[in-house]
Amino acid sequence: MPGRVSLFVTCVVDQLFPRVGMAMAEVLERAGWEVEFRADQTCCGQPAFNSGYHQEAAGVAEHFIRVFRDAEFIVAPSGSCTSMITHHFFDLFPKDAAMYEEAQYLAPRVWEFSRFLTEVAKVEDVGARLEEVVTYHDSCHALRELHVKDGPRRLLSKVKGLTLKEMSIPEECCGFGGTFSVKFPEVSGGMARTKIDSIHETGASAVVSIDSSCLMQLQGALSRAGSKVRTMHLAEVLASR
Amino acid sequence: MLMSEERLVQIQRAVADQKLQRAVYSATARLKEKRVEVVAEDQLPEYQELREQARLIKKHALENLDYYLEQFEANVIAHGGKVIWARNGDEAADFILETARRTGANMIVKSKSMVTEEIHLNDRLEKHGLETVETDLGEYIQQLAHEPPFHIIAPACHKTRQDIAEIFRKSLNVECGDEPESQAALARRTLREKFLAAGIGISGANFLVADSGAITIVENEGNARLCTTAPRVHIAVTGIEKIIPRAQDLAVFLKLLARSATGQLLTVYTSFLSGPRRTGETDGPDEFYVVLMDNGRTKLLADREKRESLHCIRCGACLNACPVYRKIGGHNYPSTYSGPIGAIITPQYQGVMSNPWLPFASSLCGACAEVCPVKIDIPKILLDLRREVVAEKTKSGGGLERLAFRGYSWLMQRPRLYALAGRLAAIGAHLPFTTSIGPAAKWASQREVPMPASESFRSQWRKRKGAK
Amino acid sequence: MTAREEILGKVRGAVGRIDQQAPARAPAVRIRIPEIGLEDRVTMFRERLEALGGKVYRAGSLAEAGAVVQQIRPQGRAVASNSALLREAGVTSLPDVVTDFHDEPALCEACAEAACGITAADYGMAQTGSLVTRASSEARLVSLLPPIHIALLMKDRLLTGLDEFYTLVPQPAGDTCSTVFITGPSRSADIEMILVRGVHGPKAIHVIVVER
Repeated sequence: MPGRVSLFVTCVVDQLFPRVGMAMAEVLERAGWEVEFRADQTCCGQPAFNSGYHQEAAGVAEHFIRVFRDAEFIVAPSGSCTSMITHHFFDLFPKDAAMYEEAQYLAPRVWEFSRFLTEVAKVEDVGARLEEVVTYHDSCHALRELHVKDGPRRLLSKVKGLTLKEMSIPEECCGFGGTFSVKFPEVSGGMARTKIDSIHETGASAVVSIDSSCLMQLQGALSRAGSKVRTMHLAEVLASR
Repeated sequence: MLMSEERLVQIQRAVADQKLQRAVYSATARLKEKRVEVVAEDQLPEYQELREQARLIKKHALENLDYYLEQFEANVIAHGGKVIWARNGDEAADFILETARRTGANMIVKSKSMVTEEIHLNDRLEKHGLETVETDLGEYIQQLAHEPPFHIIAPACHKTRQDIAEIFRKSLNVECGDEPESQAALARRTLREKFLAAGIGISGANFLVADSGAITIVENEGNARLCTTAPRVHIAVTGIEKIIPRAQDLAVFLKLLARSATGQLLTVYTSFLSGPRRTGETDGPDEFYVVLMDNGRTKLLADREKRESLHCIRCGACLNACPVYRKIGGHNYPSTYSGPIGAIITPQYQGVMSNPWLPFASSLCGACAEVCPVKIDIPKILLDLRREVVAEKTKSGGGLERLAFRGYSWLMQRPRLYALAGRLAAIGAHLPFTTSIGPAAKWASQREVPMPASESFRSQWRKRKGAK
Repeated sequence: MTAREEILGKVRGAVGRIDQQAPARAPAVRIRIPEIGLEDRVTMFRERLEALGGKVYRAGSLAEAGAVVQQIRPQGRAVASNSALLREAGVTSLPDVVTDFHDEPALCEACAEAACGITAADYGMAQTGSLVTRASSEARLVSLLPPIHIALLMKDRLLTGLDEFYTLVPQPAGDTCSTVFITGPSRSADIEMILVRGVHGPKAIHVIVVER
């Protein structure tokens, strides 16, 4: 029995790819869920956490917890932000028992979008249609921390008109890695180019992922290479008809 | 900047070197694929169980390390061998020099050992006029090329056979052609003489078995067997963390090591050696020594959070899995230990501020932890090290970056200002000079810069709700 | 303070233990011996070893094994280990076979020039296609220096794998200073990941599985 979900759209989607958030809302509504957006939300704190600034990240995490404290299902279009909340918020409050407990209470209610669909909403066919050959990029944190692997592929397999062509290295990192992408631009760029070579080999016209930050990296590298391949968030594919 | 200009240039050069990229990528891809095949569910159903058991044994051995080291020593002595304790590379080298002097050995053959690379043993011995010859084919090539190993288990994987032909031509004055077969044959002939002439054989040790006073060495070529058999003296140089409690634990570790390293079920030779030749045995060394070296390991051991870095069994799987290693290569890490494992142990041995950039040179993709046979949580340790670097830098003010993250944190706790800042940034992004400064310029050096949407999600959502 | 005292002191300090403190209980040994029938073991052993470039022969008796050795050995001198089994199989009385070395320099010289080395393995391990050699009658150089290695393996000594070996021999250092598992011919892939056999050890290995 569908209920109400609260969107966490992430700062990247909010500012750079709002269409992904809108698509996610649409897919969830079509599946019968009531969708809310809490306007006080900002970021999960990952940029500071991954850069070694725990105190700064903890402030952001506390804000997040305050905003979403009473939400039943929190759904995010990102494996990386989801895993920050479900796997790393605890690390931020080693000496704050109350916040630690809050983080613990919050974690099981935060869902990466595709996992929410397959495991909570238990839908695979959302009635989408997209005439396109696509390939799928496994985002690292979704894959290795949240163990999201088959779900997105099952969802894609139910999209009418869509053909999924696997690339040779779907599980290899796109090279984004947050501040890594600007601290080590050559290495990060090199990783993206390795990945797009593999995307091109498939002949697909779009690469799909569940993380907008990976897609930002890939799109940037694809455009720089003059490629016509576009990037699509899974939510955008599932919202297509 | 976190990194020296020189290092930065070297990294840029490595990433741009097409020949190097091809060689490293294909070698690591091959090792990666072979590993995946042999740990697959239908090939080794108990793989995850073995990893967990290996982790537990290593954890236990380290937590009781003094006990097992003493037990190991007592058993080595019981078998007629001797343990030499070395605080650092100097003490290890001193013992070897002294042994060479005492036995009149002037040629030393060596089989692959990361620990001796760590302490630059060859240089130290050569300074004293001892000829020290690496006998593993890859290590031999690297020695002739005057380069450290590029990879933990495939030391010369960045070289093409043409490179190798050139190295043999220059250093041995011999034409051997471009075929690996003939190149290996040349090495066999050349090194065979060395094995038979050497007075001392030096090896590493993959495991020190406490209940047996034995060392275990895995290898494919037979050079480690020769090094530990033909010379009159065998010296194993190794770190104190290599201890496992019981010979029976090898049933776990041996199943994991070769599979993770090269995708083999076992390496061609797995030697279990304890003490010198015994009565009734025809060959083997007359003298058997194990040099147990600290060289920073006890410091690492004292850190409960990061102690598991010492679980490493040096299989090299994390290097093959690591997209950063595969781009920058093994020579751009500040110590002998490259790849993800190097990125976590080097800062702990040398101090985080000796190479403050190292823990940040990772996208935190987690591919290393996924393949680690002893389950070292490398990304978590990288994060811990990043925090330590930040804490150190904060002591001296912390600079611009700290200020930026404080600002970020402050802003992200103020949603209205965040929304406003987002819109201002959207306008700013369209200004012509924006991508020519700071992080945006770094981004733009490799990729097109994404333009902020004309309207943020929150604003679109507000309108959508209003319209409904 | 000696290096020994200092290192052990630092270790104790690091892990919070005191001198002479008994260790915590170690995780239980993990041994799982699979059930594989003897004939299946032979099949598996053959598959695994031949996949590595080795060759497996069968012999109905020791005498027959001796004949197989004579058939497959390369031309030239062979060195046989001091194993009683090889004597029994008649290997040591084959033409141009030298044996009974008790002095390392002489053994080394013979092995360095021999066309092949002949040994008797203590065990085999089916799951990995390995030989286990540990008896004091088995000098190490016989299976190492000559370019070809021929080994006799009694069929009833063919174990399933590592777990069974470590059950039968929980203390391998007890009776010998060297136990070696030999799994295929010597090899290297250090040059462009291209497989080369016979780098320092033998380039070929032949195992004759002998019925008791």
